[in-house]
This record gives sequence, C-alpha cells and structure tokens, in this order.
Amino acid sequence: MTTCDQKDLFTYVLRLGDSGLVLGQRLSEWVGKAPMLEEEMALANMALDMVGQARNFLSYAGEVEGRGRGEDALAMHRDVGSFSNLLLVEQPNRDFAYTMVRQYFYASFAERLFEQLQHSADSRLAGIAAKAVKECRYHARHSGLWLVRLGDGTEESHQRVARALEDLWPYTGELFEMDEVDRRLLEAGVAADVQAMRTEWREALNQVLVEARLPLPSDEIWMHSGGRIGRHSEHLGHLLATMQILPRSYPDANW
Amino acid sequence: MYTQGLDQADTAAPSPEEEVQLRDAFQARIDAEEKIEPRDWMPEDYRRTLVRQISQHAHSEIVGMLPEGNWLTRAPSLKRKAILLAKVQDEAGHGLYLYSAAETLGTSRQEMLDQLLSGKAKYSSIFNYPTLNWADIGAIGWLVDGAAIMNQIPLCRCSYGPYSRAMVRVCKEESFHQRQGYEIMTVMARGTDEQRQMAQDALNRWWWPSLMMFGPSDGDSAHTAQSMAWKIKRFTNDELRQKFVDVTVPQAHFLGLEIPDPDLALDEETGHWCFGEIDWQEFKQVLSGNGPCNAERLGARRSAHEEGSWVRQALLAHADKQRERSSAHEAA
Ligand SMILES: [Fe+2]
Ligand SMILES: [Fe+2]
Repeated sequence: MTTCDQKDLFTYVLRLGDSGLVLGQRLSEWVGKAPMLEEEMALANMALDMVGQARNFLSYAGEVEGRGRGEDALAMHRDVGSFSNLLLVEQPNRDFAYTMVRQYFYASFAERLFEQLQHSADSRLAGIAAKAVKECRYHARHSGLWLVRLGDGTEESHQRVARALEDLWPYTGELFEMDEVDRRLLEAGVAADVQAMRTEWREALNQVLVEARLPLPSDEIWMHSGGRIGRHSEHLGHLLATMQILPRSYPDANW
Repeated sequence: MYTQGLDQADTAAPSPEEEVQLRDAFQARIDAEEKIEPRDWMPEDYRRTLVRQISQHAHSEIVGMLPEGNWLTRAPSLKRKAILLAKVQDEAGHGLYLYSAAETLGTSRQEMLDQLLSGKAKYSSIFNYPTLNWADIGAIGWLVDGAAIMNQIPLCRCSYGPYSRAMVRVCKEESFHQRQGYEIMTVMARGTDEQRQMAQDALNRWWWPSLMMFGPSDGDSAHTAQSMAWKIKRFTNDELRQKFVDVTVPQAHFLGLEIPDPDLALDEETGHWCFGEIDWQEFKQVLSGNGPCNAERLGARRSAHEEGSWVRQALLAHADKQRERSSAHEAA
C-alpha cells in the first residue's frame, strides 16, 4: 500500500485506462477492413491488447475510487466530459498510414511510460504495467516498421504517411504533460516522469523517420491539449455513442 | 511461400497405363489411412477437389469476420469485446492456415483471393445473413461455430496431410468459440425480458441457415461418393446435419428457447430428433448470390482490398528498394 491521495491515484489510473480503451475501440474499427490478412490479425491483436490494458486499469481505478464502479460502469456509463484519454488516441482511423502513425506515437510513449511504472511504489500499478510494457513494445516495433515501409515505399504511400505525421503531430505534446496530480504522485514514487521521456521518445522516432526518409516534425508548432481533463475533440462523442449503445439502452441488463 | 505443387505441374504427364497404376497405388494408400503429402503424386481431380474445398473454407473464415465485426464496436461489456476480438483474430488465423494448406496444392493465395473477389468462389452461405442484435453473436458462436465443428472434426482425419493438420488446430479453437457463444446465449436467455426476446429472435433467424451449412441433402450432393472414397469426407451431409440437430436441440431446451420448427419431434425409438424440411429454394438463392447480405459481404471484401492496394504496393516497393540497396552495397 502506498501513501498517496486516493483521488489522485484514481485520476491517474483512470487516464491510463481511458487511453487504452479509446485506442482499443479505434483499432477494433479496422476488423474486416485491413489491407491484408496478416494486418487483419495484427490490428485485432493490438486492439485486444489495448482493451485488456484498459480493463486492468479501469477495474483498479474502480477499486481505488471505492464507490462500487467496475470496469464496465466506468467504460459504459460516463460521458465525453468525464473521459480523460489523450486526444491523440481518439483521432479517427482515416487510413492505414494515420492508424500506424497514431499507434507508433502512442506505443513508443507507452512503452517508456510502462517501463518506469513497472517499478512504481504502487504494486498493483506496477503489475499491470509489467504486462503492458511488452505489448506496447511490440506495437511500437510493428507500427514503426510500417512507418518505414510506407515512407520508403511508393510516392503515394510516402505522401500519405507524411500527411499523417503532420496532422497527428500536434497531438503529441499532450503525451508529455504533467499536472499537479502527476507531480504529487511522482513525488510519492507512484507515477512516472513523462516529461523526462520526451527526448528519448523523439530520438527513437527520429531513427524510424530517417529510415523512412521522412522529416522529423518541428516542436515549434502549437500543441493541442485538454483530453486529460475532459476537453475533447468532436470525434470522441461518436465513438462513445457506438461503444455504449447497449448498456445505455438496457441499463438493467447484465451481458 | 513457394509452392511445391507448381513445380510438379511441369513434370511430364504419366501415360494412361501409368495413370491407372498410380491411381490404384494412391487409392491403396488412402485405404490404408496413410496421409498424402504435397510432394506425393495425386490425381488431378483429387487436387482440384481439395483446392476448391480448402479455399472455400478459407474464404468462409474471412467473410465470417464481417457479421461479427458488425458488433465488435458495440459489444456490451469490455469482457465481451475482448472475447469477440480474440475470436475474430482466431478466424483470420484460420483463414491464413487454410490458404497456406491450399497453397501446398499449387494455387497461390492471390489466385484464391481473386476468385473470391470476382464472385467466382463460394463461401459458407451462413455469412450472408445479417447480425441484428447482440444475441446474434451468441447464436453465431453456438450454432455456426458448432456446425463448423461437426463438419470439421472428421476433417482432422482427412487424407490430405496439410489439411488434416490445419484442422486439428482450427477445431480446438472452434470448440472454444462454440462454448463462448453458448455462454452469451445463456446469459441472454436468463436475463431481462428484452434480452430473452433477443435470444429467441436470434435463434429464430439462425436456426435454419445453420442447418443449411451442411450442404444439400445426400440425394442432391454431387461430390459425396468420390470425396468419401478419397477420405476428404467421412460422413454424408445428412449424417452430420442429424448429429448437429441431436446435439443442439437439448441445448436450446436447456435455455428455455424454442426451436423454430413445428415438425421437430423426438423419435423415441432411434433417439434422434426428426426435423422439418429445409427451404432448399432459399438455400439455392443464397448460394447463387441472392441472400440478404451477399452483395454487402462481397462489397466489403472488395473495398478492403481496393483501399488496401496502396499499402500492399508500398510493401513491395520498399522490399524492392531494400534489395537494390543491398545488392548495390555488395557490388561496391
Ligand atoms: Fe474459424
Ligand atoms: Fe470460429
């Protein structure tokens, strides 16, 4: 047991769960639409990993909160304003290039985040992170490979992946944000220092982009923010409407 | 992969006398329950029959992901979403092993896919029906995967080695799917009134199409006798259908659900459930492309293929560039 504010811990774990859930939901939209059978499997597999991580984080968040809300109560019975996922993961799939760039951005970040959280003073968090880190490492490798193939592929694939990089780049600033909750939990040895990971994340991205013959986007541009405090893009409401339809329509039912 | 069968097609064809001897020896091996392997001599019609059957099976796995994919983003709990994701991932895996098994007979995955997309190749008629409520996902697992198991368990002993080995792995996963589907139905059948209605509605719509999965009745089945002799088939369509009905009817009753067949009755003497006549007109129409979702399913496969074409081209272009660079590097 750690000595930290339980409200802080709830917020922190919920954010991790929400990002996993929303990304898992996005990836599952690909089923039946992938460019080849091998990717059909890889996308479903990544979706499954993300939903699995979300379930672990959300159940734990529910326990920390102590008001009897389980993973499904948290996933299915909250509205846009209560979701605290990163803006990056709610961005639509658009095409395979967007999906792979989004996946690389998130997975390469989450891999580093969970590497640290494995050693969190909160043993539950550490346990969840230890499993998730392997999954995110694989996702980063898989999507990174695709960035290279697409960047160094045809004229069309190069243009598509370049555009995805450019469009999704403004959502990467939020990955490394830390507010009071993060700082207090960092001090308690519970949270990870994401700010300190930015350089390494950039360096890893740069290596991929060199191989992909793509330029590294500039940090001098405006970065979007707000997902972690419930201020989202228009896309999230539609995603939730689809995901929550059954439990919302039949609130008394168990499934 | 490189297909060994392709090399074989180039070797000189045997003379008619040799052919007779080869066929006799081949049949003797099958009668002795030996497995036929890709490099072994086999009659051309054996090869063709297998390619047709295995590729149809592979296509069914792939098209079968669509009706389930329809509920993936709306699964009512995270646990159900995870289970369904794992299931569709398994089905894609089944498609992959099966295409690989068919490739050992000298037909490439590309050729098979082209036949699917052009509408020439068939896939299981069941996937041309819509999934309209969540209980349909339960009904598919219970009935469709259940019927698939009935069909496939005997194929684990099929005379063609690569197919029989693929089937062993596939069957294990299918029985897992069947149990998960039945579990969804159990929860729905014991849930609220609305859930119970969904469960009954799903059974009403999926029952007859599931019986059709076993194919035409024995009198009308063109390939049965030869396929049985070759041990590609071990039981007739009607035998398997009866087995399925006998296993499934008590499962429905256990859930308190009603099978939508007024003629259904237990024959006390034989212990078999007698059932009504299948609407063969509907079966024919669905097979020939006029089912409720034929156009949609094929359209979905085509648009995935077309929209993914730039990705596949990029993959090839990148591989070419890599090769050029490494040979330029070696030359330097
Ligand atoms: Fe399957
Ligand atoms: Fe299955």
